[in-house]
Amino acid sequence: MSKADTVKTAVITGYGINADRELERAFIIAGSDAQRIHIQDLIENPALLKNYHILAFPGGFSFGDHIGSGLVFAHLFKKHLKEELESFINDGKLIIGICNGFQVLVKMGVLPNFGEDWSPDVSLIHNNTGLFENSWLTVSFNNDSKCIWTKGLDEMDVPIRHGEGRFITSSENVLDKIEEENLVALRYLDRNPNGSVNNIAGLTDRTGRILGLMPHPEAFLCRENHPGWASGDITEGAGLKIFKNGVQYVKNSLCR
Amino acid sequence: MRTEVFYKNPDLDGRAKRLLKQIKQSVSPLIENIRIVDVFISEGIDQLTPSLSEELFSDPVAQKAFTGRCAAESDELSGWNYLVEITYRPGVTNPVAITAKNTIETALGKTISKESGAVIQTAVQYLVDSPPLDKKLQKRLKETFYNPLIQQEEFREGGVSALKKNPLPGTYPHKVAESDISVETIHLASLDRKALDKISKERLLALSTEEMESVRDYFAESGTIKARKEAGLGIDPTDVELEMIAQTWSEHCKHKIFNATIEYKDAETGTTEIIKSLFSSYIKKATKEISKKKGFLKSVFHDNSGVIDFDDENLVCFKVETHNSPSALDPYGGSITGIVGVNRDIMGTGKGARPFFNTNVLCFGEPDTPEEDIPEGLLHPKTVMKGVHHGIIDGGNQSGIPTVAGAFLFDESFTGKPLVFCGTGGIMPREINGEGTWIKHINPGDLAVMAGGRIGKDGIHGATFSSKALDDESPSSAVQIGDPITQKKMSDFLLEARDAGLYLGITDNGAGGLSSSLGEMAEYSNGVRIDLHKCLLKYKGLAPWEILVSESQERMSLAVKPEKIEAFTALAERRGVETSVVGEFTDSGFIDIRYGDKKAGLLSMDFLHRGLPEMKLKAVWSRPQAESLVIEEIDYTDMLKRLLNEPNIASKEPLVRQYDHEVGGISIVRPFTGRDSDAPSDGAVLKPVLDSNRGITVTHGICPRYGDRDSYNMALCAVDEAYRAHIASGGNPDHAAILDNFCWPDPVESEAVPDGPYKLAQLVRACKGLYKASMDYELPLISGKDSMKNDALIGGKKVSVRPTLLISLMGIIDNIEKAVTTDFRDEGDAIYIIGNTYGELGGTYFEKLYGENLGGAPFADTEKSYRLYKKLHQAISQGLVKSCHDISDGGLAVAIAESCLGGRLGADISLDTLPGSSGKMETARILFCETPSRFIAGIGRNESSEFESIMKDFPVQRIGTTTKTPSLRIKRDRSYVIDITICEISAAWKREDFE
Repeated sequence: MSKADTVKTAVITGYGINADRELERAFIIAGSDAQRIHIQDLIENPALLKNYHILAFPGGFSFGDHIGSGLVFAHLFKKHLKEELESFINDGKLIIGICNGFQVLVKMGVLPNFGEDWSPDVSLIHNNTGLFENSWLTVSFNNDSKCIWTKGLDEMDVPIRHGEGRFITSSENVLDKIEEENLVALRYLDRNPNGSVNNIAGLTDRTGRILGLMPHPEAFLCRENHPGWASGDITEGAGLKIFKNGVQYVKNSLCR
Repeated sequence: MRTEVFYKNPDLDGRAKRLLKQIKQSVSPLIENIRIVDVFISEGIDQLTPSLSEELFSDPVAQKAFTGRCAAESDELSGWNYLVEITYRPGVTNPVAITAKNTIETALGKTISKESGAVIQTAVQYLVDSPPLDKKLQKRLKETFYNPLIQQEEFREGGVSALKKNPLPGTYPHKVAESDISVETIHLASLDRKALDKISKERLLALSTEEMESVRDYFAESGTIKARKEAGLGIDPTDVELEMIAQTWSEHCKHKIFNATIEYKDAETGTTEIIKSLFSSYIKKATKEISKKKGFLKSVFHDNSGVIDFDDENLVCFKVETHNSPSALDPYGGSITGIVGVNRDIMGTGKGARPFFNTNVLCFGEPDTPEEDIPEGLLHPKTVMKGVHHGIIDGGNQSGIPTVAGAFLFDESFTGKPLVFCGTGGIMPREINGEGTWIKHINPGDLAVMAGGRIGKDGIHGATFSSKALDDESPSSAVQIGDPITQKKMSDFLLEARDAGLYLGITDNGAGGLSSSLGEMAEYSNGVRIDLHKCLLKYKGLAPWEILVSESQERMSLAVKPEKIEAFTALAERRGVETSVVGEFTDSGFIDIRYGDKKAGLLSMDFLHRGLPEMKLKAVWSRPQAESLVIEEIDYTDMLKRLLNEPNIASKEPLVRQYDHEVGGISIVRPFTGRDSDAPSDGAVLKPVLDSNRGITVTHGICPRYGDRDSYNMALCAVDEAYRAHIASGGNPDHAAILDNFCWPDPVESEAVPDGPYKLAQLVRACKGLYKASMDYELPLISGKDSMKNDALIGGKKVSVRPTLLISLMGIIDNIEKAVTTDFRDEGDAIYIIGNTYGELGGTYFEKLYGENLGGAPFADTEKSYRLYKKLHQAISQGLVKSCHDISDGGLAVAIAESCLGGRLGADISLDTLPGSSGKMETARILFCETPSRFIAGIGRNESSEFESIMKDFPVQRIGTTTKTPSLRIKRDRSYVIDITICEISAAWKREDFE
């Protein structure tokens, strides 16, 4: 595949996606050349995708989440861009989906994709409280996971902002496979805000190059983003580490 | 075709579990279970097969979908005995159906046109497993699911058999009654006052007799007749013209009371003065004076929001609107349209700004009011609160705009009309294509373009309706549902179009619809031609006048140069935004309205915008008697608990956590702060530009109860509260601006309003106080709004709001690293009180709980406080202050308790040397009075002396120390007057009924 000098990231926008600016910013700080691209422009010119190493699905309310969060956006993307996305993945490139973006990946069947046919095995449904919640909590990362995005990470404080983040699987069997193959990238540590099975907060695929997660690391880019920053104990915008991991991986494996 | 979707396993449906909890409380604890079925109805779409429909609308992992068979009859769902299915009434916006249409169009790869006759509807079905409920409880059950004003229900009692006997409809009525689309003329010439009044009332014009007379006389002028004759119009005005005048002249749009000439008698001093326009004499005047000293004002008053400098690259703007009347009728629709509506004010400022934060201040009746005390025809405060809160959640969260600050107020006077203040801040680059972004251009020859949603009958007469009291005949057509996603698509598109220079003039469609947006824009070019038949409609059968005044949501009006229209339209299409060219701006001096080849109206700009007869009003001020009394000894710890638990003071965290308050990644100080993020912040601190540490503070001030004694004090204190919260947060005292929002009961004397002169005097005094405070604090008033008819007349009973002034402040904090929060930090820190304590209890929450009139309201000495605030800011910016909390509702004791809770630290406090207070002052006054301009600060051991030396010339006193022992102990004369643990503070402050 073609090698590039700079790590290029496409941040998808449009139709109710709303956390795209901070995600673009996150990749820029992490050392990538990032651009926000309206999904319509991608549909009109699918070849565009080839120019990028990282594809990022931000949070938001695509199509209002009126019919299952991320479901409509997933239909739209899958219908028009399935082939391009498949070759993007096969080229060894990276994908991250955050919150609504995670929901999109899951509902497209890209995660975990056991059947390798993009048929959904897992889902993200209404929180068991029935409420949207915005609060900070701590997640712990799975060191046995192959996920390149979370390499070397242990624990992190991050905000959650969702009404439909309850992770479930179609069967016990699927859950067992996810655990056996260490596809769980991160879990809620001391508080499970939505009733997710096994406290699952983020999932990777068998390649470890695709990550979907409910929490918002892109909302923790500077120490002052942390609600407890004024106490002086917070030294950095820890959320950045995830994006730096992704960009570094591309530099090592895909760039000159 | 009905596709019915439900969760395979009831445990997976969080919504249903929450709803069950709710109806167990509100309807009957005996209700055992509830299941929710989402229904997708389609008709006349051949390629949409049952299997495709199920694939599109259900989640195969979690849900089950039935098509062609009734889910409620299946074994999975059986066991219910009440079924309620809710759909929207014809013509009411249903965002879910819009998304369903998008979904089908995506799948089929083609658009579904109106003409195709296809039907796409959605419904929600509730299956309730409960013992038999009597009629009253059945009614309450239904009411938890829907609002009859905008929705319709199908109800079945008796389980599956009842459903088999009486199946659910295949589709629901969706046709909206068609109006006669001809243009009507109304004979006015030579009509007397009585006849004119009749017309004004029958047509809901809300125009006074004098106003109707000047309309009549305008049409009788020879010049008018001549011009109309040439244009092919007769002598009598058309309904289109009357509606245009009524909207433009509505209190809502023209602020007649604020521009009236008022004779103000002060019985206290025996003086009388003539005030020509409260707006010019106080609000505009203050800003004019202050602007001489402050260079940061960019655009004030004339545009949709006030614009000030942020940094070298960016400007920021701020606007707060009210949406009281619609929220009284449909709390959800009222508040969501309030939020997305004020977002449009920002999108329509200058060449267009990007909304980056929302605030809201919500005022309801007392939550624990007994059902039977609510007059028939009014909703219970809890019902209003639930709906309004839900609307704020959807409006903000779905738009991707963080809700960063606000407040909930509860007062019996808000039972008639709730007050729903919705605010939005925006940011824009200083320059676009070489010109200031705050400047807009609308020139003759520019095309008048409407972008966004289509026009329907929803929201007709909103402006005129909000300009009267709520009564039994309030029009349901004034109610609308906003669709944040349609608007989000539009706002994304508009920013792209703005940066590409595809348009130079823009304004929002709010109250009055096109009649006011195009009417205002026409003032730039001095005329406009409006082609009503070219407007995109939701359905046919809208009368021309309805098209002109409809307030259907998600619409902006723009001025586009003919040579740019192609590019503009092309970009809109690619972004899924509908646009239509609805006319052309001219310099004819007329609003020229057409419908096809028919002439629908011709109004002179001069008459429309300057023909409104000026109001002449009387105001009489006499100070209410308020003897102060000696307060006997009480259990102060118990009183502190009661205050912490008082609905106005108590924590609203469970409600606020449902707002997304950090999308955008710009939030630095959030609504809740402290070790466990559960203590109150004084205001929000934001970092709008991601790669800069320059920040924004957002704060509010509001204290309606003080107005019972003197609205002059109320205004002083409201400004002080907003400004001191800005200071407490670390804001720059020299760089802040405020907005004024007045919500008053009708102050115009009439049979219905015998006490008009007093209420108007309260308004005059509030304006005087506002002027005084903004001058002393050098806070320019950059925008504002007034809502002057906040009364409800239901079944002969009248409920009027307490005169309420909301002050909203947006200020600069030079470096967000210097922001300060309210929570005590470390054990052993010195606790200081800053500012004098004078012991006023009039209008305070202590007085409310004590139950007796306790004298005058708090007074803000704004001249003195200004110097104090600047000094305190110096100490804060030198990093000497660890925590700072402004003392407001509930007074000193509450403020200290909140700082303790935040830090999970105790405090030992002595009241013996409190600045301003004397040994004689009752303890209750010291603990609970709400003297403004005061703070509680936590200062590190090593910084104390330097802090004291900086503050030496000011009333600043160390009163205690933070302790590891988690309890707050306050003593006076060697004996403890308050002794309370952090757990008790937390328990009292966190009410269970706020969820």
